[in-house]
Amino acid sequence: MTAYTTTPLTDVTTWFRAGRTDQFPVGAGAVIKYRDRQIAVFYFNRTERWYACQNLCPHKLENVLGRGLIGEQDGIPKVACPMHKRTFSLETGENLNGDCPPVAVYPVKVENDYVYVGFAD
Amino acid sequence: MQIVVIGNGMVGHKFCDLFSRHPRRGEFQLTVFGEERRPAYDRVHLSAYFSDRDADKLALASREWYAEAGITLRTGELVTELDTERRELTTHLGNVLRYDYLVLATGSVPFVPPVPGCEKQGVFVYRTIEDLEAIMDYADKIRDKAGARSVIMGGGLLGLEAAKATLDMGLATDVIEFAPRLMPRQLDEAGATTLKNKLADLGLGVHLSKSTTAIAGNGAITHLEFSDETSLPADMLIISAGIRPRDELARKAGIEVGPRGGIMADEYLRTSAPDVYVIGEAALYREMIYGLVAPGYDMARVALGSIMADADGGCMPEAIDLSTKLKLIGTDVASFGECFPNADEARSIVFHDESGGIYKRINISRDGKRLLGGILVGDAADYNMLHQIYKNNMALPPQPEDLILGTRGVGGNPGAGVLDLPDAAVICSCENVSKGTLCSLLSEGEAASVKELVACTGAGTGCGGCKPILTDLVENYMKSQGKVVRNTICEHFAYTRQELRDLVQMKNIRTYDEALDVIGQGNGCETCKPALASIFATVYAETANPQAQIQDTNDRFLANIQRNGTYSVVPRVPGGEISPDKLLAIGSVAKKYDLYTKITGGQRIDLFGARLEELPLIWEELIAAGFESGHAYGKSLRTVKSCVGSTWCRYGMDESVSFAIEIEERYKGLRSPHKLKGGVSGCIRECAEARGKDFGLIAVEEGYNLYVCGNGGARPVHAQLLAGPVDRATAVRYLDRFLMFYLRTAGPLIRTAKWLEGLEGGIDYLKSVVVDDVLGIAEELETEMQGLVDGYACEWKQAIEDPALRARFRPFVNTDESEELEFVALRDQKMPKPW
Ligand code: SRM
Ligand SMILES: Cc1cc2nc3c(=O)[nH]c(=O)nc-3n(C[C@H](O)[C@H](O)[C@H](O)COP(=O)(O)OP(=O)(O)OC[C@H]3O[C@@H](n4cnc5c(N)ncnc54)[C@H](O)[C@@H]3O)c2cc1C
Ligand code: SF4
Ligand code: FES
Repeated sequence: MTAYTTTPLTDVTTWFRAGRTDQFPVGAGAVIKYRDRQIAVFYFNRTERWYACQNLCPHKLENVLGRGLIGEQDGIPKVACPMHKRTFSLETGENLNGDCPPVAVYPVKVENDYVYVGFAD
Repeated sequence: MQIVVIGNGMVGHKFCDLFSRHPRRGEFQLTVFGEERRPAYDRVHLSAYFSDRDADKLALASREWYAEAGITLRTGELVTELDTERRELTTHLGNVLRYDYLVLATGSVPFVPPVPGCEKQGVFVYRTIEDLEAIMDYADKIRDKAGARSVIMGGGLLGLEAAKATLDMGLATDVIEFAPRLMPRQLDEAGATTLKNKLADLGLGVHLSKSTTAIAGNGAITHLEFSDETSLPADMLIISAGIRPRDELARKAGIEVGPRGGIMADEYLRTSAPDVYVIGEAALYREMIYGLVAPGYDMARVALGSIMADADGGCMPEAIDLSTKLKLIGTDVASFGECFPNADEARSIVFHDESGGIYKRINISRDGKRLLGGILVGDAADYNMLHQIYKNNMALPPQPEDLILGTRGVGGNPGAGVLDLPDAAVICSCENVSKGTLCSLLSEGEAASVKELVACTGAGTGCGGCKPILTDLVENYMKSQGKVVRNTICEHFAYTRQELRDLVQMKNIRTYDEALDVIGQGNGCETCKPALASIFATVYAETANPQAQIQDTNDRFLANIQRNGTYSVVPRVPGGEISPDKLLAIGSVAKKYDLYTKITGGQRIDLFGARLEELPLIWEELIAAGFESGHAYGKSLRTVKSCVGSTWCRYGMDESVSFAIEIEERYKGLRSPHKLKGGVSGCIRECAEARGKDFGLIAVEEGYNLYVCGNGGARPVHAQLLAGPVDRATAVRYLDRFLMFYLRTAGPLIRTAKWLEGLEGGIDYLKSVVVDDVLGIAEELETEMQGLVDGYACEWKQAIEDPALRARFRPFVNTDESEELEFVALRDQKMPKPW
């Protein structure tokens, strides 16, 4: 868990090229590896927004969040863990339906059909 | 004015928390000393530390919180001396501080009986985060040793919790108890025996009436010796034999303590020294130490009220509620109120299901009007309600046995519903929140959900035991206001599943996004996505492939996700019949990919531990060998179980295997509101357990009897007779109609048994629709089903043949590396590393 910390846009020092946009599923998530970290990247086709968070679910520490269903709750974009359906805000990382610790979220940008995830290291 | 609190445990922290919200806090300085190096943490949920080693998650407040509240927190500093005349204390660092009011919240330490050998390596107690760290480190060391065993001394509340924890660490575990039964303070003989049998099923060894005479071993513990000359091997021992209040500081300062320890407190928690109070597990109140948070929190409230001279500060009640519900052990255990009253004061009603492992006892006043207490083992679903009835001294229904048995037969609500509770009823005893408070938040619109109630009041943040009641309260309140009348899907679709299905069909909606645009709102969620996926499947025979992104994870990857994020693979074996060649094919795939292999309860073979990227490779080989998807991952037809039938069996009335295969082939791939299972038995001996399935056929002299809406699982229900005896063709026609009617009308994730329960008119109505066709839709249902049957395609075959579909099985977008996973050996196979 300690490997992951939420990175605000202002702290980004590295924009890591994660892949071409068409390598990511539409309306779902996929996982990339940055150093030894697993990062889940989601594309919300309806709002045309991209989000990223740690792939590790804080509940049972499994690397599975990227395989979860995405959606929104009261306008907040979220991902539901495939294991036990804990949901996490992709804006703040907060656990929306339980008392798990938050997940780390990272900024994402798209340039020339490539997806970049922002890291502070 | 200076207040000093000694002890920064759960109760000491509660005092600070209440102080920080007190209107007169500005007139006081508050300083807190804690011996432990961390700020206060949640001891009640300490065992959670085993699963994640995350101390932050247990924290009750951060240092920043203390700073912001203006409270001086000095952790890692032990108060060693107290002078109550000069009102001064000294710490081990030599610091001296003067106080005006002093609050002792020094808690307790585990009691370690004077048995020789306690100092040996591998002997632990269970109280602090450091204790748990030491236990985990030691367990890591001994785990590799074949047959490593841990022993827990003490079969009480805490001991059993510790036992479950070491069991979960993968250690063989025994519990030894001095008394002749487990949890002697909470359970009677029969309850304790039921619990003991349950624990034995979990793999826990229980040894009663054991008095330990020595902890043996050369340096490190190797075994325990008992007074009855027996012994027990042990590589680790956790002592959980009760607690001793930490009164050493008070004792030295001349403050009055009890004959068996504990700092004497009156009903305002005052000690014998002026302006010195005691709260929590260190306090001896009415000759008792209370080892629970709720009374401790009450003490913090009363002591603060006295110090602040609040008008309504209150005092401690005469009788303290010691009701408890055991958490974590894998079976329910709870007791409340008087567990063992005198026979002349009470009568008891007992329900005992020995084979099912359920024991319930309630004690009722002689006049039958009041609930005095009770014990629940194996099923404590009624605990919250019973506890409320007991605490609020509510009148009992005329048949009090209904409280534990439910109303048998028709009508009526057994006992009180949550809305019948008086407003003064305390729902959360840790945070002292009453029903009245919660209801007024709901009615004033300040809160509209459990989450908001928790945020407004803190209810449910202590032991968490009241959460089910909070949920009931919100649901019932909303219902009573007429707010939730229909089971609509979610915030994005204001329809029931049946309405949604009708709309999709009527408007010929083909995709999820289209559904949102045309009949929904917003952008969807994890609830409406799979619900619509199921609707598309049952209307258009769509497999899980075209809209993989709206499928639940298992359907998206066409396999069941397992504990460590790997998947299982289950090829279809219709009717459970498999040729030796196919068995060999499964065997060679399993061997090649090193998959854990097991015969399932559904007469087929499950291969576990496949990595995401291996799934298409495995299926390629299975499909080449003639297999198809078994849809074990889908809310869809699973298996049609068969018995061997007249093919071989001397009693068989028909070839049940052939018929089971025919039916399984017919409905394979059929998606439905929940999973579907069938069974065909060759005679009334019922070896295929057909009446435990959603549909079951039993061969009789003149054909088949068709039963529907049975269920195994958590709430077993026998299927009921829909028609019979009928010939095979008629049985299939009725099945088509029955299944299609269910597919159309059931809510998401409602299995047939539950669906029938909610169907007005029950089985008779169902018969009239399926057999007598009163709705005139029989033909339509049959045609629709035939369309789905004809539309079948093996989705695994689709997935491996289409490169675009195959791409989803890559673990990482940006590299070909595969994920690092840890397995451990299990017999001749492997399993995931424990959580
Ligand atoms: C593998 C198997 C256990 C075994 O090793 O024998 C199994 C394994 C699981 N069962 Fe089961 N059940 C298996 C036979 C059963 C049976 C026995 C049977 O089918 O005759 C039952 C009771 C009969 C019944 O369903 O009424 C059964 C009742 C359940 C239930 C409770 C359903 C209920 O209505 O109460 C669940 C939970 C659920 O579906 O919500 C469940 C859920 C599960 C899940 C899917 C839990 C999960 O979400 O991970 C397990 C995943 C299996 C996997 O990854 O492949 N499993 N499960 C059996 C697979 C049968 C097969 O070949 O497909
Ligand atoms: C594993 C476990 C599970 C439990 N489960 C439940 C449950 O399910 N339900 C329930 O109601 N209760 C449960 N309890 C009991 C509950 O945790 C205690 O009742 C509660 O923690 C008591 O709080 P306290 O503040 O009185 O004592 P503590 O939490 O023990 O705090 C006392 C603190 O004071 C410090 N201290 C002592 N002397 C000094 C000194 N001289 N100077 C400075 N600091 C000092 C100690 O180091 C300690 O940190 C459980 C306990 C354990 C260990
Ligand atoms: S009973 Fe079924 S769901 Fe439960 S552990 Fe066994 S396989 Fe899993
Ligand atoms: S592992 Fe994610 S919710 Fe349990």
